[in-house]
Amino acid sequence: MSREVVLNRVRSALSGSNHEPIAPISGYRLTGILTDEQRVQLFESRLDDYGARVFHSSRQNLRENIATTLLEGKKLRMVHPAGVPESWLDDRIFWAADSQSAGDGLPYTQIEGFDGVLTGATAAVAESGSIVLQHSLTEGRRALTLLPDYHLCILYEHQIVETLPECFGRLKGSATRPTTFISGPSATADIEMTRIKGVHGPRFLDVLLFGSVVPLTSMP
Amino acid sequence: MRISLFITCYNDTLFPATGKAVVSLLERLGHTVEFPLEQTCCGQMHFNTGYRREAYPLAKRFLSIFQDAEVVCIPSSSCVAMIRDCYPALACENNDEKMAQEVDSLLPRIFEFTELLTDHLKLEDVGAYFPHRVTYHASCHGLRSLHLGDKPLRLLKNVREISLIELQDADRCCGFGGTFAVKNAEVSAAMLDDKVRALLDTRAEVCTACDNSCLMHIQGMLHRQHATVRAMHIAEILAAGTDR
Amino acid sequence: MTLVTLDPRKAKPFPKAAAELLRDTQLRKNVAHATDVIQRKRAAVVAEKEDWQALRSAGAEIRKEALRHLDTYLEQFEQQFIQAGGHVHWAEDAVEAQRIVLGILREAQATEIIKIKSMTTAEIELNQSLESNGIRIYETDLAELILQLGAEQPSHIIAPALHKNRQQVRELFSREMHLPDLTDEPAALTEAARLYLREKFLKVKAAVCGANFLIAETGSICIVESEGNGRMCLTLPDTLIAIAGIEKVIPHFSDLEVLLQTLPRSATGERMNPYNSVWTGVTPGDGPQNLHVVLLDNGRSHVLADEISRQTLQCIRCAACLNTCPVFRQTGGHAYGSVYSGPIGAILTPQLYRLEHALSLPYASSLCGACYEVCPVKINIPEVLVYLRSRVVDRNRGKLASVFNQERIGMKMMARIFLSPQRFEAAQRMARVLEKPLVGKDGWIHWLPGLGGQWTVARDLEAFPAQTFREWWQSRPKAKGGRQ
Repeated sequence: MSREVVLNRVRSALSGSNHEPIAPISGYRLTGILTDEQRVQLFESRLDDYGARVFHSSRQNLRENIATTLLEGKKLRMVHPAGVPESWLDDRIFWAADSQSAGDGLPYTQIEGFDGVLTGATAAVAESGSIVLQHSLTEGRRALTLLPDYHLCILYEHQIVETLPECFGRLKGSATRPTTFISGPSATADIEMTRIKGVHGPRFLDVLLFGSVVPLTSMP
Repeated sequence: MRISLFITCYNDTLFPATGKAVVSLLERLGHTVEFPLEQTCCGQMHFNTGYRREAYPLAKRFLSIFQDAEVVCIPSSSCVAMIRDCYPALACENNDEKMAQEVDSLLPRIFEFTELLTDHLKLEDVGAYFPHRVTYHASCHGLRSLHLGDKPLRLLKNVREISLIELQDADRCCGFGGTFAVKNAEVSAAMLDDKVRALLDTRAEVCTACDNSCLMHIQGMLHRQHATVRAMHIAEILAAGTDR
Repeated sequence: MTLVTLDPRKAKPFPKAAAELLRDTQLRKNVAHATDVIQRKRAAVVAEKEDWQALRSAGAEIRKEALRHLDTYLEQFEQQFIQAGGHVHWAEDAVEAQRIVLGILREAQATEIIKIKSMTTAEIELNQSLESNGIRIYETDLAELILQLGAEQPSHIIAPALHKNRQQVRELFSREMHLPDLTDEPAALTEAARLYLREKFLKVKAAVCGANFLIAETGSICIVESEGNGRMCLTLPDTLIAIAGIEKVIPHFSDLEVLLQTLPRSATGERMNPYNSVWTGVTPGDGPQNLHVVLLDNGRSHVLADEISRQTLQCIRCAACLNTCPVFRQTGGHAYGSVYSGPIGAILTPQLYRLEHALSLPYASSLCGACYEVCPVKINIPEVLVYLRSRVVDRNRGKLASVFNQERIGMKMMARIFLSPQRFEAAQRMARVLEKPLVGKDGWIHWLPGLGGQWTVARDLEAFPAQTFREWWQSRPKAKGGRQ
C-alpha cells in the first residue's frame, strides 16, 4: 500500500539522524502594547490603506447607522446569515436570510444578485488589518461573504486584538471551524507587479465599529 | 603586536600591491608583520566548486601554518568566510576531531583586514590621505558572511580629502562568484554590466572594496570599455598618505 | 515566446538556457522591474517588524520540527482529517497522484474542474494527465489564466506570468476572450478576467487545489491567496481535491501565527495577503462535502534522508529568494528548466528529480548569499548549493570522460600546486612566462584559450605583475622578515 511505502520511506530517511534538541520557539512578539484606543486607530488606518472604509457607531444607533451606510451606498437589497440579530435589520432595506443548514441555503446565482452581504465577525487583528470570520450563525457560510460584491461587516471594538499571536490565542478553542482571514479586498499584482484590487470576492468592504472605546461620531 | 599575514593565493600572484599596502599600513601603525612563506591557499576555490576532497588537505595546511599566530590578517573577506563558515564543516564531515579543535582555537584570532583595524586595533582613523572621488562596493562575503556592516565605510570616511560617493545597489553581487564567472560567463557578464553601469553613474575615479576578486572582475570590464575608473583594494587607499 | 521545457529531464543546461534568455531584453526588463518592485515592498514591511529575526528563527524551528518527526505528524494529520469527514490518499510518485485524482473525478462524474495555482500540480504534470483523459481544466489565478490562454510555462513561483507585460496580456485576452476593444490598463485586464471566470466558478462542480500548509494537530488545510479565486474553488464546488507534498505539514494550528506573519511579507511584500482560508474536513451546509487530500512523496523522502540538504524541504514557497537573486534577475525562471526556479529551484530540482537531470543547477549561482538573508525559514541555500556541487563532482570521479574534462584537470593540478609552496612559486613564475604571448601592448590580456576564454568574452585580464607579493617580501631586509 502506498501509505505504508511512503511512511516507511520517511521513517527510514529519519532514522539514524542526529537530532539536535528542539530550540524553544519563542522570542517573537506575542502580546500587543497599544492602548484600546490606539489599537482601534491602528486597525482603522490599516483598513484605510486597503481602501476599506471604517465607520463608528454606538450600540444603540447600530441599526440606524447600518441603514444609513447602505442607503448612501445604494445597497438596497442585502443578504445576511440567518443568525444576524433582527435589531440590525432596518425596514428601508430589503433583507434576505441565508440558512446554513445543509440543503437549505440560497442558490449561488441568487446570492450573487444581491447588492451586498451583512455579517458580524469573530475577531480582528490591528497590526495586519485583518478581519477573521469563523462562519458562525452571525457570519454565515463561506459562500455568503464571497459572492456578493459588497461586504458590510459589523465589528465590536473588543473583538480587535493587536497581534496575530493574540488572535490565534482567541481562536484556539474553535480551531477546527472553517476560518477565513480577510485583509482587504482581493487583489492581484500579476500584471507588471501593479497591484489591482478586486479580482474575485467582494471588491468593496465597509466595517462598522461599535463599542465603548470611541464615542459616537457622526456618520459622513 | 605580531600580525601574521595570510595574503591569499590570488592576491599573492595578481595583487601584490594590496599586500604591500597592508604591510605598509600595519608597520606604520607600529606592528610587526610576519609572513609564513609556506602559505598558499585556503581551499575556497576547490570547496566552492565542489572539490571538497581536495579542499580538505589545503584547509589542514592553513591551520597548521597559522596555529601559533598571535593574530592573522587576511585582506580578502571571501577567504575569511571560507575559514569561518566551511572549515568547521570540513572537520565534521571528515570526522577530524583534531582539525575541529584547531579551527576552534584559531578562529578567534582570524580577522579580515578592515575587521582587524576596527574590531581588534580599535581604529577608525588610520591617518590616510587620498584626495579622490571614491565609491564603495560591498563584496557579498564581507556583507553577508562576515557582517562587516559599515566598518569599511567608517574607515573610508576618516580618510583625509576623500570624496565618498554612494554606489546605487552597492550590496548587489557583481557577478564574479569564483568559477561562476567562467562557468556561467554570460550571466556573470550581465550582472557585471549592471554593476559597472551603476559605478560609472557615480562619476567616481576609484571603485573600492574589501575583495580583489570583485575588483578584478569589475576592472576587467572597465578596461574592456576603456573607462578610466580604477579599481583599488581598500587597503591601498588606507595605506595612502605617507607622502603628502 | 520560445517554447520552454520545464522538465529537468529534457531541459537545456542552465548556462545554455540562460545565455539564450539573456538576449530577450524585454524579458530582462520585465523581470528586473517586477523583482525590484516586490523587493522594495518586502523591505518596507519587514523593517516594520522589530521581531523579524525572531520570527525567522521561529519559522525555521517550526519547519525543522515538522521534518524531524514527519512520519508522526503525517499520521496525526491523516487521523484528524478523516475524523473530520475527509478522505486521505497517499501517492508514492507523480503518476500515482495523477491516477488518484482522475479516479476521484471519475467517481464524482466530473468532466471539468476549476483549479487554484499549485506548484505541486505543475510538478506532477497533473494538467497534461487530466486533459489527455478528457477532463477540461479551468485555471483561475490571473497569472495561470494568462499562461493557459497563451500556452506558456510559469517563470516565477509566486508571479508565474512575471515575464509578460501589460501589452502582451492585453493582446492575449483580447484574442482569447473576444474583447477587441480591451485596453491594456491592468484594471481593465483584471475586470475581463473576473467576468470570464465568474461563470466558471458558479458552474463547475469539482476543484483541485494545492495547500500552503497541512496542520497536523487539527487535520486542517491552509490556503494563502490574494485574488479570491482560491476561496471560490474551496467553497463553491461539491468536490475538492487538495494535492500536497508531504513536507507541507506543520505541527500546530498556532504555528500559523508565525508563518502568516512571514509568508505574506516575504512573498508579496504585504503585512497580510487578502485571503487566508483554514478549514478542517467537511462542514455540513458550507463548502464541498466530498473532500480529498492527496499526500505526495515524489522524491521528498529522498531529500529528507540527506542531513545536510534536508533543510531544502523547509521551504514555504514564498519566492523571496527568487526576487532577491541577482542571477534570477538577469535570466528569469525559464532558464532553470524546472517548475521550481531561482535559488530554491537550484537546490530542490536536483534533489527531487535526481541529480543527473540537473547537474548544472547547483552552479547557477554566484553564492552571494542574498537568498539566505531573506529566507523566512532560514534555509542556508548557499550551503546546500555548495554541497550539491560536491555531489556533482563526486558523481563524476572515476569516470573515463572526466579524465579529459578541462575543469577537473585544472582543479587537480591546482590542488597539487597549492599543497607545496615550492610548486606554488614555480607555478607563479611559469604563469608569467606562459602568458607573455597573450599580453597586449596595453599590458592586458584580451583573449584566453579554453575555459579561460569564458572570462575574456566580456572582460580583460591584467597581465601578471612582474613580482609576486612573496617575491617582494623576500626581497626585504632580514629585519623585516625578508631574506636580504
